[in-house]
Amino acid sequence: MANRNSSVLGCVAAIAVLLGQVAWAADPIGTVKTLGGAATITREGAAIPATLGMSVFQADTIATAAGGRIGITFVDNSTMSLGPNASLSLDTFRFDSTTYEGQFQTTLKQGTLAAVSGRIAKQTPEAMTVRTPSAILGVRGTKFVVQAGGG
Amino acid sequence: MRIVHIAAAALMLTALAGCAAGDLVVVLPHEDGSVGGVSVTKGARQVLLDKPLAATKTGGGLDAFTIETAEVDKRFSDALAAQPVAPRSYSLYFEEGSTRLHAGSKAVLQEILADVARRPSAEITVIGHTDRIGKVPDNDALSRRRAAAVVDFLVTNGVKRDIMSVAGRGEREPIVPTPDETEEPRNRRAEISVR
Repeated sequence: MANRNSSVLGCVAAIAVLLGQVAWAADPIGTVKTLGGAATITREGAAIPATLGMSVFQADTIATAAGGRIGITFVDNSTMSLGPNASLSLDTFRFDSTTYEGQFQTTLKQGTLAAVSGRIAKQTPEAMTVRTPSAILGVRGTKFVVQAGGG
Repeated sequence: MRIVHIAAAALMLTALAGCAAGDLVVVLPHEDGSVGGVSVTKGARQVLLDKPLAATKTGGGLDAFTIETAEVDKRFSDALAAQPVAPRSYSLYFEEGSTRLHAGSKAVLQEILADVARRPSAEITVIGHTDRIGKVPDNDALSRRRAAAVVDFLVTNGVKRDIMSVAGRGEREPIVPTPDETEEPRNRRAEISVR
């Protein structure tokens, strides 16, 4: 930062870095890390069998069959896993990997969910939410489990 | 008349069952010790679960109670068994103005290799940083070279390049904030996140 020119260049570079870090809707938001039995990912109306290492995207719905289970790690380092006969939709996912600001909204329609929150909830408490058939959860940073229809 | 009563009672029972149907939410002990908790909102009511094993059933009055570990295991064993390995972060430190690692960071590289090997479908983020000695553009370049040096080491040791994302942030994100042109070894680093 020795002169004015280099500090202007620095600002331009900073903006370029910031622009480069925002996750766009077309970017993968997570990866399938664990899988047991049958699970599917429904994307634009088509159900695809889940496989290890598969990318997941905003607006996907993750579902397991009887005896199925699946675990996903998201790009903000949050993790979510489902037990059998479960369905979870990934409604909204925005994450800025520089500032860690973002929003992560999901809906558990049925079954059991285990989750550990990541950088989004740590940066902005309650920016991570899980909607259940009867309530809405605001996550402030923790490990938690939810059973739709369980109470 | 009696039939009407029975029908009405059946309707009421159905309605009550509908009201009682709810969901179970439980906060669990977190490996990193944080207890930020979870708020649960249903209509105008809200409860904050901020202790390990604090739970609520949304079909009731949204009261918090402490759930038995055995009950959690019974209901959630499959979902919990499917939890991915928790993501982990590492820091590697460099000598001033260079991409040479500090001696103490070489063991950390071996830890990273072992960690990557035990994860199915591992992904790695490598971000290089500098202290504030030198100009911003030069530090941007140095931070990128540091990140690239880490990537090259991992590739040489069998890690696939396409599972890594790489960035350099120059002097913008110090661990220890300093005035410009100040030496700070703790800021001359690369942060490696494995998930």
